[in-house]
Amino acid sequence: MDSEVSTRLSAKAYARLPKGSQPPSLYEPYQATIKRAPLKPLILLPHTLSEITGPIFGHEKVGEKDNDLTCQHNGEPIGERIIVSGRVLDSNGRPVPNALIEIWQANAAGRYRHIGDQHPAPLDPNFSGAGRTMTDDQGAYRFITIKPGAYPWFNHYNAWRPAHIHFSVFGTAFISRLVTQMYFPGDPLFDYDPIFQSVPDERARQRMISKFDLETTRPQWAKGFKFDIVLRGREATPFES
Amino acid sequence: MRADMDLVPTPSQTVGPYFRIELTTDEHCVRCVAGPQAKGERVWITFRVLDGDGALVNDAMLEIWQADSNGKYSHPDDPQPKTLDPGWIGFGRLATGGDGSCVLETIKPGRAPNGTLQAPHLTLAVFARGMLKQLYTRVYFAGDAANNEDPILGLVPPERRETLLARPDPTHPGYWRFDVRLQGDQETVFFDV
Ligand SMILES: [Fe+3]
Repeated sequence: MDSEVSTRLSAKAYARLPKGSQPPSLYEPYQATIKRAPLKPLILLPHTLSEITGPIFGHEKVGEKDNDLTCQHNGEPIGERIIVSGRVLDSNGRPVPNALIEIWQANAAGRYRHIGDQHPAPLDPNFSGAGRTMTDDQGAYRFITIKPGAYPWFNHYNAWRPAHIHFSVFGTAFISRLVTQMYFPGDPLFDYDPIFQSVPDERARQRMISKFDLETTRPQWAKGFKFDIVLRGREATPFES
Repeated sequence: MRADMDLVPTPSQTVGPYFRIELTTDEHCVRCVAGPQAKGERVWITFRVLDGDGALVNDAMLEIWQADSNGKYSHPDDPQPKTLDPGWIGFGRLATGGDGSCVLETIKPGRAPNGTLQAPHLTLAVFARGMLKQLYTRVYFAGDAANNEDPILGLVPPERRETLLARPDPTHPGYWRFDVRLQGDQETVFFDV
């Protein structure tokens, strides 16, 4: 039994993340990392059942309108209405169905509905800034929201975050869990943002920038942005059938 | 299939200070990993998160993943021929509060295999402002005889193993304490997964 289980486990291990595709824990230009990044070496963990399993959510977690952030109140939120859609894939190119995606964001003025956000920009009574959805059989998802504003923060003098939507995604395993941020094409703040710049690999950085998409743009109503998310997939072996 | 292998995974970015808007609201957070009917030894674990100055981190998010009291995970890739505890989820998500701590109510997990059996443990992912990606660690239970033969604890230098042990609270039966130290002499062991 034990050897059978361990054989099956080794076949299920997940691919290690390619070098440079992820930010380091310590990135000094983002000052809050300085006291929060581990300084001792991480210990290489062979994947066990505890890593290759993970929570799988049912649709009961998600209400029918939870992916529409513009209809959670009596009135429409102020701002530029957008449709954000895309697919969740694994690094082998396979769609990830039934993945829970949760998003949160600032309003059009760059203000979060959160006690800690004291940026002197108006709150919008018609915008809470949170939504969730599940991917379908093809790994596809869709949100309707408004474009968030850029906002200032205290990292360094005159620091502004590029407009972004926070994404939380559950894949098939606890180690394919991803929390990231979706950015908008052509943002002039990219060059000045240490959180965006923390990712060493240029191709990986580009993954975080959504693309304007005329296909999903709805005439007279909302601009479409495409954002595909790639989660780490299984280790590929030449023997895989 | 191998030709598709060049899809670059999406980079992680910090959860930031405002995740509570969505991720740990009462409605959508599973504070209690195990429902009231779950079998096994009920335990409460008080987590604290501390930074490199020893200051309490009051804006961290913790995610927990664990097996049921029989060592079975609620997941199709668990090949063990065991019946999952009915209603078992095994996932929990909490946020540290103003005092830098939070309490997880759960069931002490059983032993899940990895060739040999592993000691009872929870897998913990730590997210926070100032953390560009989550850190993974494990929570074992101090005094459990199985710790001595755990294959993963065996990979950890002996002098650092105790950072992975939850300790019983002598004044509250069933209560355990686990500190996540992000830096410093007592830095918690984090794993490269
Ligand atoms: Fe933000």
